Amino acid sequence: MPDALRFLTRTSGRARLDWTDWLSYAYLFVGLFLMFGPVLWIVMSSFKTQSGLTDFPPSFLPYGQKSVQVAGNEARLPLYRVKMPDGSTRELAELRRIGLTATMIDPAKPGEEIPVNIKDREKTSELRVATENYTELFGKLSFGRYLWNSVFITVVATLITLLFNSMAAFALSKYRFRGQKTVFLLIIATLMIPPTIILVPNFLVISNLGLLNSLWGVIWPAVATPTGVFLLRQYMLTIPDELLDAARMDHASEWQIYWRIVLPLTAPALAVLAIFSVMWRWNDFLWPLIVLSRSELFTLQLALNAFQGELQTEWNYLLAMTVITIIPVTLVFAFLQKHITTGIASSGVK
Amino acid sequence: MSQSAKADGDQGKAGASALGRALAWLPALLEPVMRFAQRVLGARRMPWLFLAPNLLIFGTFTFLPIIINFYYAFTGGVKLFPSERPFTGMENLATLFDCRDYFDPSTCRKDIFWQAVYNTAKFAVLQVGLMVVFSVITALVLNRKIIGRGFWRGVYFYPVLLSPVVVALIWKWILQSQGVLNGLLVGVGVAPTEWLTSASWMFFWVILVSIWAHMGFYTLIVLAGLQAIPKDLYDAAQMDSASPWRVLRRITLPLLMPNLLVVIVLALIRAVQIFDEVFVLTGGGPGTATTFLVQFIYQTGFAEAIHLYGLAAAASLVLAGALLVLTLLQLKIAGGGEIKDGKAKGGAGHA
Repeated sequence: MPDALRFLTRTSGRARLDWTDWLSYAYLFVGLFLMFGPVLWIVMSSFKTQSGLTDFPPSFLPYGQKSVQVAGNEARLPLYRVKMPDGSTRELAELRRIGLTATMIDPAKPGEEIPVNIKDREKTSELRVATENYTELFGKLSFGRYLWNSVFITVVATLITLLFNSMAAFALSKYRFRGQKTVFLLIIATLMIPPTIILVPNFLVISNLGLLNSLWGVIWPAVATPTGVFLLRQYMLTIPDELLDAARMDHASEWQIYWRIVLPLTAPALAVLAIFSVMWRWNDFLWPLIVLSRSELFTLQLALNAFQGELQTEWNYLLAMTVITIIPVTLVFAFLQKHITTGIASSGVK
Repeated sequence: MSQSAKADGDQGKAGASALGRALAWLPALLEPVMRFAQRVLGARRMPWLFLAPNLLIFGTFTFLPIIINFYYAFTGGVKLFPSERPFTGMENLATLFDCRDYFDPSTCRKDIFWQAVYNTAKFAVLQVGLMVVFSVITALVLNRKIIGRGFWRGVYFYPVLLSPVVVALIWKWILQSQGVLNGLLVGVGVAPTEWLTSASWMFFWVILVSIWAHMGFYTLIVLAGLQAIPKDLYDAAQMDSASPWRVLRRITLPLLMPNLLVVIVLALIRAVQIFDEVFVLTGGGPGTATTFLVQFIYQTGFAEAIHLYGLAAAASLVLAGALLVLTLLQLKIAGGGEIKDGKAKGGAGHA
């Protein structure tokens, strides 16, 4: 035991953990709980049945009410533990309920109907993972449609973003021409213009171009990103110009120089931009909300928003859908965190 | 340790170039077109061709809309197309600013607008203040010699990656009357609260939720600032056996100040534009307790039955004015030379 304690309190280079270390670790573990707790909670909740979700106080593990098949009834009947007038406890199934009185039967003896005051009974729960929240999603709510829309926008917009931004970055880093500095400053200046303040006129532009209620109306305005141009330009500046001159000697066209020589060397920066772009497009909300008003064009984010606003929200499906929406982002986080953090450190934007 | 980090980096590089190879079909496909273009234009005009797609999109979806926005702000009516809109001069702005007492939104013609302005100002000050404090504390802890630093950094960064809709749904689920928060409260013997329908509580939660969602980003920037402080300063302090508190006040905080100012302005610029997560979480309510400026623009221009584009555009100008002030402040702080140094601390911070 002392060995284990010594191992756990081992530090790199310093003697012992002092009280500031203990305080630090306490802070970190509280942070772990506060940052991951809410997400973990929604994941656990997404495996609960509809009735399990209404339990209060809620349980951490997915408990659902037990039900039984009773002869003479088509649907399965919910089970309750009932305190009988004589003081004994019996497990009964509910046939129907009117007001405060429920009519219940013993699954073993289906002939006899027993009236029970609902105060005298308690749900019988069992651990039950409601995977149907996920499997039924694809039939319900045209979930497949929303998933496809989101994936389409994310993939296509990211591909075009990589192409267009690297082209601009190439021109701005590997050539000297009049107006170059102006163009660069102009592009950087768009960083200062948040999309929120040009919503109305952009709506006009999009509708004039006939892109209203079209996935392309979400894609096109998003593919030219100042962050992307800046990130790639800074990276391309480090590629020696001699490489390009040598290729020109060999009669390579400018386009060939761009994609055969410069692009492969820019791969790490392109990867960072690809990650950013996927996150941006996957998480976009305000602009798609304005462009896409027909529900068959909704992205996952829009669908989530629409369903949570409904009067009778089916939270079991909504939670499952939320968890599915989180999955790609979590995978990116798990495997590519280092790329993201270095990307932020080098460009100062997310 | 360092070996595994190196292997990790190599793996990342290999992955990146594999990605590059997989995507090479796109430029390859364009090669015949571009070869023809170079023959027609000549090599010297090629850079403009490379720039064209980007400039076209920036022009269409950023610069042109800025101009149109002014036109909308100074015209009236409910028509979308500019030619059908009568010129009304300053009327939209006058409507927004029509108040008997600017400090009491209920005396204004557009009371919701002023409510939104005050909510936004209050939100920005409280949220940014608290968030910077938490970010600095977290960065200080992460900058210590702790086991598994990369993991802990990731913990605080994870919510940054979640979409605003998801963030809102997660917290709505926690805060609802039968939610886990009330469940925990009942567990320790405290009466449950209807968080989602209480105006003052919701304002508090909106601040807390947005800190939860964005803190990791600012923590990273502060952490980078901390790591830039020369180590020998701390060695010297240790030799003088200065107390940790004194080291923090005399070395860390003063040297962190420039970095911190950038963080504050950056966070303010974003806070003023708060919309998505609050809109999904509260819809602006209860009442107008959490209605912010961008939501006012969205509602006036798009969500309500009568689309008052002119009024929405005028409100955008007010927002743009606020952002301009903040951005100029930022450029002044950053010294303007940041771009040349290879760092553009992005103003609005959007793509």
